[in-house]
Amino acid sequence: MDFLNAIIVLLNFTVIPALAYGSQLALGAIFVTLIYAVLRFANFATGDMMSFGTMFAVILTYYFQSLGIGLGVLPTALLTIPFAILMMILYMLIIDKFVFSYYRIKKSPPVQFAMVSVGVMFVTQALIRIIIGPSDRIFLDGEKFILKATEFKEMTGLAEGITLKSTQAITIIVTLIVVSIMFWFLNRTKTGTSMRAYSDNEDLALLSGIDPKRVVLITWVIAGILATIGGVLYGLDKSYRPFVYFNNMLPIFAAAIVGGIGNPFGAFLGGYVIAFAEIFVTYAYKRFISYLLPEHLEPDTLLQLLSTDYKFAVSFSILVIVLLIRPSGIFKGKVI
Amino acid sequence: MKNYKNVIAAYSIMLFLIIMVGIFQSWSIALTILNYCLISAVMTIGANIQWGYAGLINFGIMGYTALGGLAVVLVSVEPVKKAWQVGGLNILACIWIIIAIIFVVKFILNRFDKSKLRNYSVVSVILGGIILLRITAAPGIEAIEAIDPAKTGFLGGMGLPVLLSWIFGALLAGGLAFIIGKIALGLRADYLAIATLLIAEIIVSIIKHEEWLARGVKNVTGLKRPAPYEIDLQASEWFVNLVAKFHSTKLNLINSASEKQEALTQMVIEASSIYVKLCFSGLFFTVVIILLILTQKALYSPWGRKMRAIRDNEVAASAMGKNVVKEHLLIFILGSAIVGLAGAMMVTNDGLFTPTSYRPMRYTFVIWVMVIVGGTGNNFGAILGGFVVWFLWVEAAPIALFLINLFTAHLPETNSVKVHLIESAPYFRFLVIGIGLLLIMRFRPQGIIPEKIVKQ
Repeated sequence: MDFLNAIIVLLNFTVIPALAYGSQLALGAIFVTLIYAVLRFANFATGDMMSFGTMFAVILTYYFQSLGIGLGVLPTALLTIPFAILMMILYMLIIDKFVFSYYRIKKSPPVQFAMVSVGVMFVTQALIRIIIGPSDRIFLDGEKFILKATEFKEMTGLAEGITLKSTQAITIIVTLIVVSIMFWFLNRTKTGTSMRAYSDNEDLALLSGIDPKRVVLITWVIAGILATIGGVLYGLDKSYRPFVYFNNMLPIFAAAIVGGIGNPFGAFLGGYVIAFAEIFVTYAYKRFISYLLPEHLEPDTLLQLLSTDYKFAVSFSILVIVLLIRPSGIFKGKVI
Repeated sequence: MKNYKNVIAAYSIMLFLIIMVGIFQSWSIALTILNYCLISAVMTIGANIQWGYAGLINFGIMGYTALGGLAVVLVSVEPVKKAWQVGGLNILACIWIIIAIIFVVKFILNRFDKSKLRNYSVVSVILGGIILLRITAAPGIEAIEAIDPAKTGFLGGMGLPVLLSWIFGALLAGGLAFIIGKIALGLRADYLAIATLLIAEIIVSIIKHEEWLARGVKNVTGLKRPAPYEIDLQASEWFVNLVAKFHSTKLNLINSASEKQEALTQMVIEASSIYVKLCFSGLFFTVVIILLILTQKALYSPWGRKMRAIRDNEVAASAMGKNVVKEHLLIFILGSAIVGLAGAMMVTNDGLFTPTSYRPMRYTFVIWVMVIVGGTGNNFGAILGGFVVWFLWVEAAPIALFLINLFTAHLPETNSVKVHLIESAPYFRFLVIGIGLLLIMRFRPQGIIPEKIVKQ
């Protein structure tokens, strides 16, 4: 019984939150990696682009709520995602047309692209703050919990309970659906194959008649979908605050590089690697251990490897270690 | 002289703008802006050395700035003797443990061939070391943080003059740059950018959360100053006389004695804050001039030519027998040390150390915009960039407010769009900086004052 309790403590406080957080990171990381693979630059506007898409979802959610349209137990935000995605793609295409395409035609070095994306980051941040303001917003409605700790305890008779928030379940399910569709698209359809060909060898792809404009367009469309969904899921799970989204760019980068930048599947797993590492290293194991050990051996410290303040630092350290030991990432991306 | 025409023109416009602020807003604001411009100029000199001379992309400026600020606390604050008594031993032991870990890891790496066993032993040494560190440090940290937590709760500094901390800040940042350079400089450009950005985040989060070091998020206030304090100035006779002499025509217009005295006190208060800011401006200006002379000399020396050769073509430079790795490391250290100096200057100017204020937006990306807008590879350009961008960063909000009021003048005061726009005026600075950067990158990628190649 104690063993079961220990497992449930671990599940409740580490595995479930890490799965949800990892899914959010994974979507962002695939976005980064896709831009890197096809358009060949590190996009520093990642966090703010996700924030931009989420902003539309937040505004539309408020609008729908005022009209009385909702999804019942599910959050209204899910209904707004398609519209937000459309706006996001439109914004990305405008940015691409007026900013990035010039440098792409000129074949500028990646560093210049990165600096340009910093400019885009500033502009996007300004637009977000001007349109919606910098404050914290919660736009979750509908049923909050699927499973409450007390219900679980009653059901099983255990001393510890599992809490499953509806946002966590939605996050994991939506991520799995989106990512599987995307991998199917990249690997099985003709357009997806042409994108991979363009990413592998641009000249050869052009030679075999692949239209670069189409590839770029489709990349931004997929990027817009990923960015918006990732952003909205994060916002539903925590809350929407522009500054936090900007900061999220950093673990997302870490996830993309850890998984091997340019490799979408690597980025997907990288997100979970980062999330699990962050939560496992900063979790206080006292409660977990106390179930496993006999009573007189109970630890008197929190048994925490690092305090939760260092959550971000953990993922960055992992990134630095990976860069040192295996610069191409765990799942072989583009060689540095 | 003809070559310098546009440089002089650009700087005069900048000076004119600052004077305009002095006339229309107040001289105190103008001097604050000028001081920050000078600090930004030091930062851009540092960033320009790395990016302009050697083509190294360092997004970790924030980390070195924070480290420079930390140096001010560590050097100038009086030591907290009680804290040293209760926890100093533990902290010193921790430093020895860290050194021991580094040596053991180095020994293992050098002594044994690459194998799985070696990897595991390195990992276990590091993990064991961290656990040992936490066990040793925990009681010490707890004891230190318990001592008068509202006021101290940290180890304090060395109680030395604050100007020494500028040098110490540069050394600290340079030392860190050495370690980071050893780790990260082999990476390709955009990876280097990301890696340095993340390492800087780690540094800032350590400074933020290790309260025994510099009070973390509780901030350190009331730091020493290399300039006199306003209160002392207001009390000193020579200063009052100076102000009276300066404003004699104005004072003579007032007839009644009591009113005269009142006006004089007001003027003295105003003048004291300006005087202090002028002292800082003088100090910062000296630093900027010294750095400018040194960097200009370096740029047009054989060493500078070598750096540019490495920047423009690494392969060719190394074929000529130049040690690219060593030179990159050297320039990374030099640039970071200058940024550390700027960080120390900034904290000295503010008189307080607030770790939470170190955000990548303000301390990495804005500095980069400065370098790129001003002119990469040209020190005059980089400094000008520091001035222009900082000026825009500060003045964007008032200008935006003015423009919003101008364009929405026909709307009633309660119009929701107008109210919303006026509320969001502070965020127009991001828009101005972003669009400025994009325009410069597109139409004048070499910056306002481009790099000048002197043909020998």
